Amino acid sequence: MNATIDRLRYRSQLRQPASERHEDSHPLTWRLREDNESIDLAEYQRKNGYVGTQRALTEHSASEVIDIVKEANVRGRGGAGFPAGVKWSLTLQGEDIPRGYLVCNADEMEPGTFKDRMLLEQQPHLLIEGMIIGAYANNSRFGYIFLRDEYRAAAVSITRALNEAREAGWLGKNIAGSGFDFDIALHTGAGRYICGEETALLNSLEGHRANPRDKPPFPGQSGAWGKPTVVNNVETLCNVPGVLQHGADWYQQLSGGRSDDGGTKLYGVSGQVERTGLWELPIGTTGEELMALAGGMQSGHELKAWLPGGGSTGLLLPEHLELPLDFDSIGKAGSRLGTGLLTVISRQQSIVALLRNLEQFFARESCGWCTPCREGLPWTVKVLQALERGEGEPEDIELLQQLGKGLGPGQTFCAHAPGASMPLTSALKYFRDEFEAGVARPHTAVEEA
Amino acid sequence: MSTEQTVNTIASDRFELERADREAMQQECEHFEQPQAACIEALKIVQRRYGWVPDDAIPAVAEALGLPPANVEGVATFYSLIFRQPVGRHVILLCDSSSCFLNDYDTLRAAFEEKLGIGYGQTTEDGRFTLLPVCCLGACDRGPALMIDDDTFGPVRPEDIDELLETYS
Ligand SMILES: Cc1cc2nc3c(=O)[nH]c(=O)nc-3n(C[C@H](O)[C@H](O)[C@H](O)COP(=O)(O)O)c2cc1C
Ligand code: SF4
Ligand code: FES
Repeated sequence: MNATIDRLRYRSQLRQPASERHEDSHPLTWRLREDNESIDLAEYQRKNGYVGTQRALTEHSASEVIDIVKEANVRGRGGAGFPAGVKWSLTLQGEDIPRGYLVCNADEMEPGTFKDRMLLEQQPHLLIEGMIIGAYANNSRFGYIFLRDEYRAAAVSITRALNEAREAGWLGKNIAGSGFDFDIALHTGAGRYICGEETALLNSLEGHRANPRDKPPFPGQSGAWGKPTVVNNVETLCNVPGVLQHGADWYQQLSGGRSDDGGTKLYGVSGQVERTGLWELPIGTTGEELMALAGGMQSGHELKAWLPGGGSTGLLLPEHLELPLDFDSIGKAGSRLGTGLLTVISRQQSIVALLRNLEQFFARESCGWCTPCREGLPWTVKVLQALERGEGEPEDIELLQQLGKGLGPGQTFCAHAPGASMPLTSALKYFRDEFEAGVARPHTAVEEA
Repeated sequence: MSTEQTVNTIASDRFELERADREAMQQECEHFEQPQAACIEALKIVQRRYGWVPDDAIPAVAEALGLPPANVEGVATFYSLIFRQPVGRHVILLCDSSSCFLNDYDTLRAAFEEKLGIGYGQTTEDGRFTLLPVCCLGACDRGPALMIDDDTFGPVRPEDIDELLETYS
């Protein structure tokens, strides 16, 4: 092993040291080890692990668990912020309805996002707990962790944790003496961003091409193999054990009045800041506070714009950093919180070039099902490339505007195209001059005159 | 650039799954309501053994899972990490998404292409490396990031490439 390999090897890491993380304020990370190693069952249980599960399964009925999660208002951390308790209450269950599935979306591929990786690698038992509680609430027969193929360390860590949980009786028959049976299998993917879209994910899980499905029916009515299916993000599920352990009120107060939402959020920053990384903070922490933790911009760089939560969220300006980073506030500003991991863009960066890179990503990752997405995205890339070279046509700005609209909500089968539209339309709104500068100057007499 | 004689090639009419692989595929079915669901894993089992999924493996996988070959083919062509052409002994996946792009991805890509003498989708003449782009690797705090086989690295600078590749013979 050479030293370069050791130095460059990627290790998921939280920026906060153990001394700054506490059981009552950092439910997602207080157990994490300083050496970033995966926490095994013994250590997890020593640190009050599986208390929430024990409580849920032995002290509450399924509908009570749903009510508690609803009351806590745990909002989906996969990007859309849909309340998990509401999703669960809409999932079919009953005497004459077959037991369905609980699927953890661990496909994390949103550009700029590196939060689920850390939870999966370092604290798999927290996720397993969240899944057991979710399955109990939804009467799910079986669970799947849909993990992207590239997360190899996470696969090792999850596999070990599943075996430990099974041996200890947290998975299998009659969990914790409650009479509830449930088990989980790890499913690894084979690439393609679209697999993260929940209905495409179900097709992929069933072994088909990952084209999204028509909605309705929603997965809660007819999901995997036509059975009621809950799909939740890794971080969402990791929020659940604490809620069951400490209660909905405790969860609500975690945000300390910063937001109408409760709980904490894994926030992160990448791009030209001094200290990139990941922090667990009260939801509603402002962009300014987060940027301060990241040490501000690198010297020689000045903030030009930022993406609040991945490539499919709209660009915001420096002045928007004063907003609380929660779903409603960022939504009102015309963007989306998305995954809550900021991508910070320096003044030196051409916005047209960045957009070209983003739209190339969306074009390549389109599943090809609907025309605006399949045809519109490559076209968008072509126009952006021309503008980047300074060879754009005067009509190109209007054309991009139209393309952005065609990719927008309601025009396509799934939210992939609207995700591609968001950064584009916001860039045209805030940085129109940069696009205009890419239009070729006509060879007219005006200049010579 | 891809040189078939240096990588595994499989005689077309004699493709037979290894017994262990076949069993692993059938065992995978147990996790699901229907055998179609084991399809992706089955293709990955083939790929783990041969490095890629040759055309002739498709009917063999279909037969092992009791599926129409067209179902397997449709899946095999959809996913980016199922390789339908021979690849080198080591696959380098360069993240080309936004955070890495902001961290000088273009320079790193150019350096790899020059060093290896190949572009995306190609394999070095000695059959050692294949170079491919990949979606955000979830390592954006340390971009530009890349994977070589099972390992993830970042931030990787052009001057690191020689030593980084040394380990992968
Ligand atoms: C193109 C596309 C990709 C997505 N990728 C992911 C992903 O990788 N992980 C994730 O949790 N959600 C992803 N989502 C959102 C899911 O469709 C779904 O909303 C989410 O998994 C629901 O979980 P939550 O309610 O717990 O957030 C994606 C959505 C789209 C449209
Ligand atoms: S919007 Fe794009 S990714 Fe979504 S279904 Fe249509 S073509 Fe596929
Ligand atoms: S953008 Fe490259 S690892 Fe996320």
